[in-house]
Amino acid sequence: MEFKEKLVSSHLAFDDGMDLSDLVHQTRVAALKVFEEKGFPTKKDEAWKYTSLANLINQDYAIFPKDETNVDLKEVKKYFLFDTDTYKVIFIDGVYSPFLSNTTHDGIDVCLLSAALSKPKYKKLIDTYFNKIANQEDSMTALNTSYAKEGAFIYIPKNVVAEKPIEIIHFSTGKEKAVWLQPRNLIVVDQNAQVQIIERHQSLKEHPVVTNCVTEIYVHQDAFMDYYKLQNDLESASLIDNTYIIQEKNSHASVHTFSLGGKLTRNNLNYFHKGEHILSTLKGVTILKGKQHVDHATLVHHAQPNCESHQDYKGIFSERSEGVFNGQILVDKIAQKTNAFQQNNNILLDDKATVNTKPQLEIYADDVKCSHGCTIGQLDEEALFYLRSRGIPKKEAKALLTYAFANNVLESVQLPSLKKRINNQIAKKLGVSLGFEL
Amino acid sequence: MAYTEEELKKELETKEYEYGFYTDIESDTFPIGLSEEVVRKISEKKGEPEWMTQWRLDAYASWLEMTEPDWANVTYKKPDLQSISFYSAPKKQAKYESLDEVDPELLETFNKLGISIDEQKKLSGVAVDIVMDSVSVATTFKKTLAEKGIIFCSISEAIKEHPELVKKYIGSVIPPKDNYYAGLNSAVFTDGSFCYIPKGVRCPMELSTYFRINQAGTGQFERTLVIADQGSYVSYLEGCTAPSRDENQLHAAVVELIALDDAEIKYSTVQNWYPGDKEGKGGVFNFVTKRGICHNRSKISWTQVETGSAVTWKYPSCILKGDHSIGEFYSIAVTNNYQQADTGTKMIHLGNNTRSTIISKGISAGKSQNSYRGLVQVGARAKNARNFSQCDSLLMGNDCGAHTFPYIEAKSNSAQIEHEATTSKIGEDQIFYCNQRGIDTEKAIALIVNGFSKEVLNKLPMEFAVEAQKLLEISLEGSVG
Repeated sequence: MEFKEKLVSSHLAFDDGMDLSDLVHQTRVAALKVFEEKGFPTKKDEAWKYTSLANLINQDYAIFPKDETNVDLKEVKKYFLFDTDTYKVIFIDGVYSPFLSNTTHDGIDVCLLSAALSKPKYKKLIDTYFNKIANQEDSMTALNTSYAKEGAFIYIPKNVVAEKPIEIIHFSTGKEKAVWLQPRNLIVVDQNAQVQIIERHQSLKEHPVVTNCVTEIYVHQDAFMDYYKLQNDLESASLIDNTYIIQEKNSHASVHTFSLGGKLTRNNLNYFHKGEHILSTLKGVTILKGKQHVDHATLVHHAQPNCESHQDYKGIFSERSEGVFNGQILVDKIAQKTNAFQQNNNILLDDKATVNTKPQLEIYADDVKCSHGCTIGQLDEEALFYLRSRGIPKKEAKALLTYAFANNVLESVQLPSLKKRINNQIAKKLGVSLGFEL
Repeated sequence: MAYTEEELKKELETKEYEYGFYTDIESDTFPIGLSEEVVRKISEKKGEPEWMTQWRLDAYASWLEMTEPDWANVTYKKPDLQSISFYSAPKKQAKYESLDEVDPELLETFNKLGISIDEQKKLSGVAVDIVMDSVSVATTFKKTLAEKGIIFCSISEAIKEHPELVKKYIGSVIPPKDNYYAGLNSAVFTDGSFCYIPKGVRCPMELSTYFRINQAGTGQFERTLVIADQGSYVSYLEGCTAPSRDENQLHAAVVELIALDDAEIKYSTVQNWYPGDKEGKGGVFNFVTKRGICHNRSKISWTQVETGSAVTWKYPSCILKGDHSIGEFYSIAVTNNYQQADTGTKMIHLGNNTRSTIISKGISAGKSQNSYRGLVQVGARAKNARNFSQCDSLLMGNDCGAHTFPYIEAKSNSAQIEHEATTSKIGEDQIFYCNQRGIDTEKAIALIVNGFSKEVLNKLPMEFAVEAQKLLEISLEGSVG
């Protein structure tokens, strides 16, 4: 566990020049202790039964971001939603890039966590929200907390609708041989406010990069939060994403995860309910090939009556890729009239591809409607034959069926330009050039 | 009379264990505790050959290195193995040819349970190998079976009479190192049943054993071995009831099934160990390892009705090793008061064109917790594996829980796996519909629960279905018609 020791001992260097009496800093020190004690999760941990970090942590990574690296706009432009005007918070190798970003303090706050942590203006918000819902006992989250300094900070005040979507993009340039990045995002959507956020991690060059990201999201009463995670990184990059969402009365939070790339991706998506009549949506499309590995671990904790949650994850696996779905629905005793649904469908295209799925229901209330469904199968031979008999080539026919399979998730994407891009990406991933403008 | 769910709940809570009586038969009991010496003594007492003693000692040695599993979704005070006796046998050890010779008190016990041997002999044609505590005391219909070449006897007898079969198959499906309780059982099992169906023979009757935990403070470690040779068929029934006890009793059985090419084994269980009283005091700990292996074109079908035990930890599994083999699992688990059940199955698909079906129905009432935990695994070389799983839970009352933990692991692109689970309570609209058609609430609940479990009850052999109904009634009286 050499890398673990490096992480623990390097914290002193991280401390350098910081206000050690600061409350946030004490949080970091406490979190480091948790990580030091627990270490990296192994396959012996039930939650990590199907995903091993051993191949990631057996090498060395640079953990401190170097000074700002300049990247040409034209080099990265294709990763932006260029046909839509957006707010942008862009980081290069973990360092904020003011040149590429487009932040704002006009009505809403779209800025940096480092700024929010240091400015007295935000102290109240930080004290109320920072590290309050993240699982303190989870070792990967604790590791992130112990080095939490930079990331996006988004605050949408009461009754405000953010008129432009917000893009959070992390680039890694490959200037360092191998990097370990730990961005930390804090998002607060106040009462009756609305926001759309797109998050993406992208390496610009084949080189080992591991991102251990934590995002805390507070969705207040009557608010609406729509979050899209685009995971289409190079096959040298790995991502451990920990997202914690807390929802209040009548709010709606929706997270779409598109996992099309990366070497190893682990999505820990956690929802906690703090009021009645909450709607939670979790959807995902995973299309993998090669030796890629994606693990979706979801938790929806129904702690209040009359709430609803919908989960729908589709996976398409070819070559030697591996998919994991580990969904948990927890219904407390007082959470009567809960409607919780979970659906996980998988298609295995090749003989060496693997799917491990564990959809769990833990229910302590009696007046509930909970269900989960899970399937593993192949493309329908007859449907394939039908298409081919009408002159559609095999590859295209397969792509069409695959696309139809994933369409349930795609059609609930609210941003038209994003939807189009994802369509194109899926077509590219499937090796076809169909428009899919269905 | 308006019969509400509240009333039903109340009735369920106050329902006493009907079979809670204790038969006074002098027993030959070992002093409490477990050591290598005890293992040797058990083996000696049973007059076992050297290889068996050694097998037990090896199991004991590997068991010492194992720890008790704690991953199941149950909480209980771990039994202190040093405070129970590992051997208990009724004193009268003579083998009976006819029922007249059997201790009348014992017969009385069975009469109270409603399993009159005479009646069963005459009416249902069931050969009953009664296991009271650990030694079998009556075997019937042996002659009829012997004519067909079927061996149906106690396992200790089989060790003496048919060592070649026992030696070949014991521990072949569940090795002593498999898990903590299987290891313990391998070291200290005192008796159980052995069954061998020769090639091409269709067993003419349902074979059955009744297990009882009788002597106070004795753990019961049954070992069952069923071998169906090529092209044979057997239906095996196992039923359990236990007398009321305040201290927790441990039951750690091992059941191994071997279905050779083209064979079929149907294994049905009705389990009604003492579940503890209303406060959750006492009750039996049921930690059972059951597994079967299917060779080419063979089929193993597990059917279980679980109504008893304070804590149940049981996963009857099928290893589908042969091509075209079939595994089935049908289960009803009913928990009430403070009962906890963590039960399910494992379907391991290894051969080509294998199929498995899992139907699990959980009913929880009172303050009980009912979990389904299952694994469907398709190996990388298993072509065209097919699985269908369905786990439904019914919740009655607001203090119970129903949980589902399915594990699905597919490594083959030709696998087709479907899993679905639902959790619900008896809908007000369902009851209203019945009421509206003149069916009172009590009958309506009965109707709905019955319909909910019908799929599994239908799978039980005729001879057993009546008893299963009866046991369901005890657990959920007033709700099953």
